[in-house]
Amino acid sequence: MTNTPFKDLTHPSRRGFLGMTMLTAAGLGLSGLPGAARAQATGQVIVGISQEPTVFNPHLLHIEVDEGIHWAIFDPLFSVEPDGSFAPRLVTEVPSIENGGISEDGTEWKITLKEGVTWHDGTPLTAEDVKFTLELQKDPDFRAARRTGHELIEEITVVSDTELTWKMSSAFAPYMAILSWTFIVPKHAFDGVDPNEAPFNQSPIGTGPYKWDSRAPGDNIQLVANPDYHGDGASIERIVVKYVPDLTVLYTQFKTGDIDVIALQGISPDHYAEASTLEGKTVELVPVGTVETLSLNLGNPVLADKAVREALYLGVDKTTILEALYYGLPTPTETYMPQQSFYYNPDLPEHVYDPEAGKALLDEAGWVPGSDGIREKDGQRLSFICSTTAGNHVREQMQQFLQQSWKEMGIEMEISNLPPAVMWADHWMQSQFDMAVAGIIFLTGPDPDTTNYMSTDSINAQGGAGQNTFQISIPELDELLKKGATTVSPEARKPIYAEIQSMIREELPFLPLFQRNEVRGHLEGLQGYEPNINVRITFWNMQDWSWA
Amino acid sequence: MIRFLTHRTLQGIVLILIVSMIGFTVINLAPGGPLSQYAMTPGMSQQDLDRIAHQMGLDRPIPVQYLDWLVNMVSGDWGKSYRDQSPVLDVVWRHMGATLLLMGTSTAIAVALGTLIGVLGALKRYSVFDYMATVGAMIALSIPTFWFGLVAIFFFSLELGWLPAGNMYTVGDQSFSDYAIHLIMPSIVLALVNVAIWSRYMRASTLDVMDQDYVRTARAKGLPRWRIVSAHIVRNALIPMITLAGLQLPTIIGGALVTETVFTWPGLGRLFIDSLGYNDYPVIMGLLMFSAILTVIGNFLADVGVALADPRIRLG
Repeated sequence: MTNTPFKDLTHPSRRGFLGMTMLTAAGLGLSGLPGAARAQATGQVIVGISQEPTVFNPHLLHIEVDEGIHWAIFDPLFSVEPDGSFAPRLVTEVPSIENGGISEDGTEWKITLKEGVTWHDGTPLTAEDVKFTLELQKDPDFRAARRTGHELIEEITVVSDTELTWKMSSAFAPYMAILSWTFIVPKHAFDGVDPNEAPFNQSPIGTGPYKWDSRAPGDNIQLVANPDYHGDGASIERIVVKYVPDLTVLYTQFKTGDIDVIALQGISPDHYAEASTLEGKTVELVPVGTVETLSLNLGNPVLADKAVREALYLGVDKTTILEALYYGLPTPTETYMPQQSFYYNPDLPEHVYDPEAGKALLDEAGWVPGSDGIREKDGQRLSFICSTTAGNHVREQMQQFLQQSWKEMGIEMEISNLPPAVMWADHWMQSQFDMAVAGIIFLTGPDPDTTNYMSTDSINAQGGAGQNTFQISIPELDELLKKGATTVSPEARKPIYAEIQSMIREELPFLPLFQRNEVRGHLEGLQGYEPNINVRITFWNMQDWSWA
Repeated sequence: MIRFLTHRTLQGIVLILIVSMIGFTVINLAPGGPLSQYAMTPGMSQQDLDRIAHQMGLDRPIPVQYLDWLVNMVSGDWGKSYRDQSPVLDVVWRHMGATLLLMGTSTAIAVALGTLIGVLGALKRYSVFDYMATVGAMIALSIPTFWFGLVAIFFFSLELGWLPAGNMYTVGDQSFSDYAIHLIMPSIVLALVNVAIWSRYMRASTLDVMDQDYVRTARAKGLPRWRIVSAHIVRNALIPMITLAGLQLPTIIGGALVTETVFTWPGLGRLFIDSLGYNDYPVIMGLLMFSAILTVIGNFLADVGVALADPRIRLG
C-alpha cells in the first residue's frame, strides 16, 4: 500500500470523513457573523470518569483527565483535529510558511487573533494574553508542566490588540503541535498574585465553549455553555463531569443510566461483550495512541545482544496473547507510531511467531543451553527480570504466558512487579529494570518527534535528560531525529520518520506488541462524540455534542 | 480534675508529635514521590521533573521539610494539596460533610439495632433468636463490604430499580428526600458490620450485668421486669459501650473507605485513598494528624464519659 499524504482524501475512512466535515464546520464558524442568532443550549450530559480532575490551570503539572476540562473552558490558538490537521480557534488563520505566518527558516512567527473574543468575565482577549501565556511557561517561579519549545522563544512583540510576532532561537517543528494544546489564559487573572496559587487555578476563566460553574470535590464538576462563545457554541447547556473511582461501579452506573458517557479508561475489556448488547447504548472501539511494549534495557549485558532481542520477539505468540488475554480488542503493531498518524510506516516487516527460528538465532549467536536447560554465553546466563505495575491482572497473565513460551526456548524470565509509584519512578526513569511491560504514548500530540525517547541525550541513566529508558544510542538515529525536528514541511519529514521507524523495528529497543483500543460507551442519542487520537483525552470536543 | 486535664493534654501533644514525625518520615521514605506519576506523561523529561521538584522544595533534606511543615502546622497552615493547590484544611473540610452524613446515619442505625439485638440476645440466652443473632453477626462480620455493596446494587438498582446505584445526590435535585434515598443503601451496608460488633459487645456486657447483686436485689424487691431491664441492666451495660464509641471516633477517617468507593460517596475515606495514590503528602499528613487528634479526643471523651456515667470511677 502506498502511503500518500492524501490517504484520507483518496480513501475516506469514517474518521477521515468526520475530520473533513469538522474542518468545514470550523470554516463555516469563522465566516458566521459574530452577532448571528444561535440556538439556545439545552439539556445536560453526565460524563463518568475514573480519575478526578483537580488541576484547572492548564499549565500546571496535571494528569490527562484534567485536559477534558481544559478543552471545554479554554481555547488554544489553533487545535488539532482527528486527522492531524490544525484548525483555527483564536487565530484567523493557522500560521504556515505558505501564508507567511512562519518564516522560511521557521524562526519568525506571526499570529493574528480573531476580533471580538471575550473572556468568560467579559474582558476582551488581546495579544497581551497570548504573550503572557507563552512567557508564563518560562517564568522561573512558575511550576510549568513543560517548557519544551517555549524555551526557544526569544522575544515576543505585541503589534496591536490582535497581532503579535515572536522570534525563536532555532526552528522547532514540533512547536506547532505544542501550541495546539497550549491553552491561552487571561493575563488579568494573574495580576499581582503568585501564579502557582492564583484564585484562577480553582475557578478558571477561559474563552472556551463552556464556563466554569461549580465543583464538589471528590464528586463532580459542572460546566455551563458559554452563550457568548466566538465559534460554534455548545448545544448542550450543562456538562456534569462525575468522578466514579471504581471501574466496575462506573460500568454499573452506565448500565443503570446514572451516567450518560463513560470517558477516559472506558469500559474494561472483560465487560466489552456484555456492554455491546446493552439496549439504548452505543459501545465502540476507539484507537488511542498508547503502544503496549515489552521495553528492554539495553544497558543490561544480556539484552544488549541484538540476537537475544530478536529471539525474544520471535518467541512472542502475539495472536494468542491478543485473543486469549485481551479479548481481541487491541490492534497488533510493529512500531511506536500510532497507525492513524500521517507518519505511520506500514511497510515494516511483520512479526511472526516462530520459536524454532528464535532458537536457531540464539544457537548461532553462541547462546547454548547449560545443564539446567537455560542458555549461556561466556558464563552469562540468558536470564532477566520482567517488571510492571503490580495489580494489573491482564499484564500479569501475559508475563506468565511469556515466561513459559521463552522457557521452552531456553530463556529464563523472572517476574517482579512493583507498585506504580515505585515502578515508574527511578526504576523506570533511571533504567534500573531489565524488561518492563509499559504502555507508552511516544508522540506528543500529532507531532512525530520522539527525540525524548530515542536520542542519546535523553538517557537519564547516563546523565542525559529525557525518557530514553531503553538506553538506545545510535549516532545515525540521533542524526535523523535532529533532522526530523528541524524540518518544517510534513511531506519532507515523512520519509525521515519512516526511516526512524524501520531502524527501531530493526534494533528492537522494545518489542512492540499492540496499539491500544479503548472501549467507549455513551447513550445512543448522544451525537458528535468523536475520537481524536491527537489529543490526550476522549472528551475533548464537548461543544460539538448534542442530543438527537 | 485540672491535673488530669493538663496531664492528658500534654500526653496527647507528645503522642501527636510522635505520630507526625513517624508519618512524615515514612511517607517521604517510601519509593516514588509526588511527581513519579507524571513520568509517563507524553513528552515528560527528568529535567522537567527535577525542576518542578526543586520549585516545590521536594529536594530539601527530610528533617528540614519536616520542621518547615511542623512550624507551619502549629501556626494553622497545614500546607496546600499537591493535586488541586487548595489548603489542606479546606480539602478535609469539604469532604467531611459527606462522611459525617454517612457515618452519622449508619452509626445511629448500628447503635440502635446493635443494642436492641445484644440486649434481647442476652435476656433470651441460648434461644433461637440468640443463635440466629450470633450466626448473623458472624456472617455480617465475614462478608466483605465491597461484595455486599455490589450485591445490594445489583438487586435494588439493576434488577428492581428501587434505589440509586450510588452517589450522594442527583445533580440538579439535591432536596432532602433526594439525599435520603441516596443514603439508604450505603448507610445500611456500612451499618451491617457495626451492628454485628455492637450487638456482640452489648450481649456480653448485658450478661455481665445480669448476674450482679443489685439486679438480684431489684428482682427480689419485686420491681417490674421492664424497669429492671431499662434502669438497672441496660444502663449499666452501656458503660463499656462509651469506651467503644470513643475508640470508634477516629474511624470516621478510614472507616467508610470501601463503602464510599462502591457507592461513589465523596467522603474522607476516598480522599485518603486518592491522596495516597497521588502521593499528595500534605493531604495525607493532614488526614493523619486529624486522625491522631480524633484518637486523642475520642479516648479523652471516653474516659470522661465513663467517669460521668459511673460514679465509682474517679479521674486523676
